[in-house]
Amino acid sequence: MSPQTKQVLRVGKAQLDLLEELTNANGVSGNEIEIREIIRKKVAPFADEIKVDGMGNLLVIKHAKKPNAIKVMLDAHMDEVGFMIVEEDGDGLYEFEHVGGGDERQFVSKPVSVGSQKLPGVIGSKPIHLASEDEMNAVISQQGMRIDLGPAGKGKAKRGDYAAYATKFIRSGDAIFAKALDNRLGCATLIELLKTAPEHIELLAAFTVQEEIGLRGAKVAAYDFYPQMAIAVDSTPAFDFERPDGNENTEYNCKLGGGPAIYIADRGTLSDPRLIRFLTQVAEENKINYQYRQPGGGGTDAGALHLTRGGIPSVSVSVPGRYAHTAVMLARISDWQDTLNLLQQALAAWTPEILSGDRA
Amino acid sequence: MKTLLKKLTETASPSGYESAIREVIRAEISSLSTNIKVDALGNLIVTMGKKTDNGLRVMIAAHMDEIGVIVSYVEKTGLVRFSNLGTILPQYLAGSRVVFLNGARGVINHDLPDDLHKIMPLNKHFIDVGATSDKDCLLKIGDVGVIDRSFVDLGKRVSAKSMDDRVACAVMIETMKKIKNNPHELVFVFSTQEEVQCKGATTAAYEIEPDLGIALDVTPSLDILGIKMQVDLGKGPAIKVRDMGMLSDPRVVSWMESTAKKNKIAYQLEVLDVGTTDAKVMQISKAGLPSGALSIPCRYVHSPSEVVDMDDVQATVNLLSALLNNPISL
Ligand SMILES: [Zn+2]
Ligand SMILES: [Zn+2]
Repeated sequence: MSPQTKQVLRVGKAQLDLLEELTNANGVSGNEIEIREIIRKKVAPFADEIKVDGMGNLLVIKHAKKPNAIKVMLDAHMDEVGFMIVEEDGDGLYEFEHVGGGDERQFVSKPVSVGSQKLPGVIGSKPIHLASEDEMNAVISQQGMRIDLGPAGKGKAKRGDYAAYATKFIRSGDAIFAKALDNRLGCATLIELLKTAPEHIELLAAFTVQEEIGLRGAKVAAYDFYPQMAIAVDSTPAFDFERPDGNENTEYNCKLGGGPAIYIADRGTLSDPRLIRFLTQVAEENKINYQYRQPGGGGTDAGALHLTRGGIPSVSVSVPGRYAHTAVMLARISDWQDTLNLLQQALAAWTPEILSGDRA
Repeated sequence: MKTLLKKLTETASPSGYESAIREVIRAEISSLSTNIKVDALGNLIVTMGKKTDNGLRVMIAAHMDEIGVIVSYVEKTGLVRFSNLGTILPQYLAGSRVVFLNGARGVINHDLPDDLHKIMPLNKHFIDVGATSDKDCLLKIGDVGVIDRSFVDLGKRVSAKSMDDRVACAVMIETMKKIKNNPHELVFVFSTQEEVQCKGATTAAYEIEPDLGIALDVTPSLDILGIKMQVDLGKGPAIKVRDMGMLSDPRVVSWMESTAKKNKIAYQLEVLDVGTTDAKVMQISKAGLPSGALSIPCRYVHSPSEVVDMDDVQATVNLLSALLNNPISL
């Protein structure tokens, strides 16, 4: 590989339009159908096989053009955190539960979109005028909030209906503001990689369901594909602020502008060291910006992938994003482009020898 | 046996990075079988014998990984912040030494506490590798290390880091040497990533499809974290009845008990309220299988100086050999 290799893939209008469409659509865990249908249409022109499995994962295969090709699985979860309607209190006010790892402190005052009819609503609570001093200092509990659809929403939503944040995609310079960048960024990445799949690998792309509630889709998708190697593509939180006390920020997870975050260790997975070394080498040789995500908690679909059947060497690569699991995330186009290029170059440079030695 | 134990416990191999210990063990057992392989998660799988009509395929697992540390940040001062591989207990850290797989050595301490009586959490600890700044620091994000402590012979008892679970690796190696002709296919697994939720044994059991599963691990002796432990050092191997991850198959428990009695091997019964072993994942692999565990009593588990009794270790070898060298009917 020449050290002058250019960034092959660009994030241009087509890619941003794709991401806009994916993030504006709703796909709360367990109800990923809207996302799945968008992706199915996008990949249809260049996929060799497309199927939906029993859990609702969209499994897409791009065959190798050579026999005995190595099977590489790319995984991106389609689902996002959101809400579920539990009970109507009357007048279009609804009690709700959250679905996935939502942050209760951030629910209040967010516009939401409810059910397949996309009823407009807002998560409401007691206003500041009426709040006691104790209430002012406490986190508002979910029990004190309602999804308010207004009088027009009376009787329109029912128990079990899903609700998602209603935030619309905005691009501002190198920044993208949108809900569900975790993990429509991963979905868009896989779609782009399917287009440019190298001929020497059997590319197995799994757009998975129910990651946010326990990596449930990935588990069965990996069982079906049983590849020789797997990469989970996701978005990982960046908390790269200056600390208010002026001390070094030692727990930032990853940084915006730092390029794709390669996982070494999280709560669910110790990435295969051979794959960490390989991705690092590809990034260095192609002069692609990259960073190691700080080892620690959190997790991705890799937690399910690597334990499948007799074991699958796995790693995660994430696009950094601020404010994960809230109504608005912020990511950078340049980080996404670096992620696309790292993965594309990694697929192109893949050889079976990378896994021929024992795992470290 | 002490020599072997010293060699095994002085090898640095935290969860996910078991290659060093795998090679040490491979050298010990390579003459015992022609069927030795390493799988995708790094498990060392050694098969002895073929399954016959009145035999079983038995998976015996001892984990070769140990708890460790992983670098999460290098400060401008050169001090290194870290996260854990497995359950690191912060109360044992200050003053400990660590050695990294890249050769770097360091000492652990923590930020100034507000309250001297409180145990500082892991993220308030740092490793000092002697660097004067981040520029000359030998470590970067993702480097892994383990506690740096040598084996010490205390006579009847011995102490080392990573007795959990290298003592069981030693038991397994010694037992393998005593395997005689028997009707079973014995699949000995030196498993990986047990300390991060029994991951190696999960995928190994899937591939092996055993008829019976036995895990070998340590079990805490003396009180830990205010929880009363029933098992004592020096009273023989503990036959596990229950832990937080599994209920041993009662048939396996009674088979182990009757074998111990028949061979006049003193044993204890174990009902553990903390932790679990590889037997947890074997039991529920594929369509499920009878599983149990033999535990070696161990003091100060997950501290830099774990202590076991050599008589317990030898008795565990004797019991395991008796279990595996005879027909099994559950
Ligand atoms: Zn995600
Ligand atoms: Zn153990």
